[in-house]
Amino acid sequence: MTYNFDTLALHAGQVPDETFGARAAPIYLTTSFVFKDSDQAAALFNMERAGHVYSRISNPTNAVLEERIAALEGGVGAIAVASGQAALHLAIATLMGAGGHIVASRSLYGGSHNLLDYTLPRFGITTTFVDPRDLGAWRAAIRPETRLLFGETLGNPGLDVLNIPEVAALAHEHGLPLLVDSTFTTPWLMRPFDHGADLIFHSATKFLGGHGVAIGGLLVDGGTFDWDKSGKFPTLTEPYEGFHGMDFSEESTVAAFLLRARREGLRDFGACMSPLTAFQLLQGVETLPLRMERHIANTRQAVAHLVASEAVAGVAYPELENHPDHALAQKLLPRGAGSVFSFTLKGGRPAGRKFIEALRVFSHLANVGDAKSLVIHPASTTHFRMSDAALVAAGIHPGTIRLSIGLEDGGDLLEDLDRGLAAAAKA
Amino acid sequence: MAATCSKTSIAASLPQRKPDPVQIELNGQAAYAYTGGKPFDAALPCVVFIHGAQNDHSVWGLQSRWFAHHGFGVLAVDLPGHGRSAGKPLPSIEDLADWIELLLEKVGAGDTAKNVSLVGHSMGSLTALECAARHPARIARIALVGTAVPMPVSDALLGAARDKEPKAIGMINTWSHSPRGTVGGNTVPGMWLLGVSRRLMERQQPGVLHNDLAACNAYTHGMDAAAALACPALIISGSKDMMTHPKAATKLAAAIKDARSVSLDGAGHALMAEQPDAVLDALRSFIA
Repeated sequence: MTYNFDTLALHAGQVPDETFGARAAPIYLTTSFVFKDSDQAAALFNMERAGHVYSRISNPTNAVLEERIAALEGGVGAIAVASGQAALHLAIATLMGAGGHIVASRSLYGGSHNLLDYTLPRFGITTTFVDPRDLGAWRAAIRPETRLLFGETLGNPGLDVLNIPEVAALAHEHGLPLLVDSTFTTPWLMRPFDHGADLIFHSATKFLGGHGVAIGGLLVDGGTFDWDKSGKFPTLTEPYEGFHGMDFSEESTVAAFLLRARREGLRDFGACMSPLTAFQLLQGVETLPLRMERHIANTRQAVAHLVASEAVAGVAYPELENHPDHALAQKLLPRGAGSVFSFTLKGGRPAGRKFIEALRVFSHLANVGDAKSLVIHPASTTHFRMSDAALVAAGIHPGTIRLSIGLEDGGDLLEDLDRGLAAAAKA
Repeated sequence: MAATCSKTSIAASLPQRKPDPVQIELNGQAAYAYTGGKPFDAALPCVVFIHGAQNDHSVWGLQSRWFAHHGFGVLAVDLPGHGRSAGKPLPSIEDLADWIELLLEKVGAGDTAKNVSLVGHSMGSLTALECAARHPARIARIALVGTAVPMPVSDALLGAARDKEPKAIGMINTWSHSPRGTVGGNTVPGMWLLGVSRRLMERQQPGVLHNDLAACNAYTHGMDAAAALACPALIISGSKDMMTHPKAATKLAAAIKDARSVSLDGAGHALMAEQPDAVLDALRSFIA
């Protein structure tokens, strides 16, 4: 038999160890693994036998987390890395080198935008940013040297819902894969492979961990993209002298990407995850279904509460009928559109500052996806140097507040929001 | 050009021996065999790995690499219509057996001595058995992994393979893995067994699955082939195999004059993926 999501969240990738019968995934806090003999050592290095050699490349605790997220996403496998940023970099570096081009949604997390817009061009990889809702813009931006289409399942900051079926079909029409950042939705809300995406990455730091104690990233391969048929990915379809002339797509029909990403990317770039981090993230993944259900329930309450408030000019949440992607969200995100959203106070920048300062339950910080509710006022923090006009041009109102709704008692959260709204109204 | 020549599939490694790799055709169709990461050398003892229904050469990745790097010429084939081999899938086990024999002839393996070992999984095991029975002069030994003779396929599965292929793939994926394999703990770090197996089956062309299952179902004289087998045979079975029950392996072993059996405790039908080292060790002790 095969198991359903909630069971996989607890069990996938781990059986009790044969020596001690440990029920929880043991933490293999070791850099390296002893070879049984010289023959086994050689066989491990040459991929004639499977196993662990050195924890930068693979580790048994990390492997449990990797299998578990692959099972939850419906992929063929995954690689755990040091952060979500490391996952994005690993995906790109595996697929292309200098001269490569990416078409990306312009509604991205700032860190991803920085990597694509400012850092990668220094290494010869360029990106064209497009309105994620404009399929024509995606199409027009594709060039002969394009190697990847990339977007977030829920874009930043307006929660644009990426039309994965359409963008994936466009990508495939051009022999290209679609990579999505699924951090805000997690596989509990949506499994992008089911809609046509080819690669997924997570900042596991957020909802997958949930506890806000560990930084980590996960890169998952759906195993559906035919690299040979595309003909645009010599890193996967031609011999690699850096690994005994291995041709990864010959070696593995459905996991060539992961093979190269691990054998080259982890080996050479080295952005590996600590086994301790993998263990901490596993503790979070085990309760993902329960937590996401509560995240969504609390979020829906908060959204409705803010919509009804006199102090609020608008709420951007895809479940609201006035959101531009409402219909798409109903189709792709029937379980909920995440628990990170923005709303705008009528009183502008001063109201935002007062709102934040009045809150007691929400924590004022720059993160999302924690078990605890979080809040930030971009105009007075991350974007404080920008004028009001510049903020609006960036899609952020001076009175915009971003909330990440946590798992606290829903009533306490509403009471806290009321406290902030009352203060904002007096600003 | 240099990159092309260093490829290690048969189609690319043979050009050093044959004028043109594209000319490697069997019955007018391009044929592909993975050679384990080293160029194929027909002068070496040859091991042919034959995949099962709706699969391709990649199910033998680890085992084929070991043999290729330990003094053997390896051909992990994509059967016709599967993976990278062109053409329609062959409709019978007998046709598959003759295709393997033709491949051996084409690459010059087994010409001068009985140095060819066939290793087959599931449908591939029937192919290996039939090939050895039909061409005894060429085959030195056979290893049958996850096998049953006969290999009847239920009407429900055949019907699903014909009319609702995704459903049939789901059924096979479920039945091919042991209880442990269904949970995970893969030997290959980070790979989700059920996902790999499903995606590989989904890669094959429509109609291949029904063809393969029908071929298995129609192969009814396998026990005659077993009784007539002139070469030694190794039978590797999984104690939790729901597709080819281990009792069938016992029965088959009893019908073969020179047979040895290895049972892998806890393994399902996808033995090479669930217990790759144990499969390799059994094959090594038999072939190497």
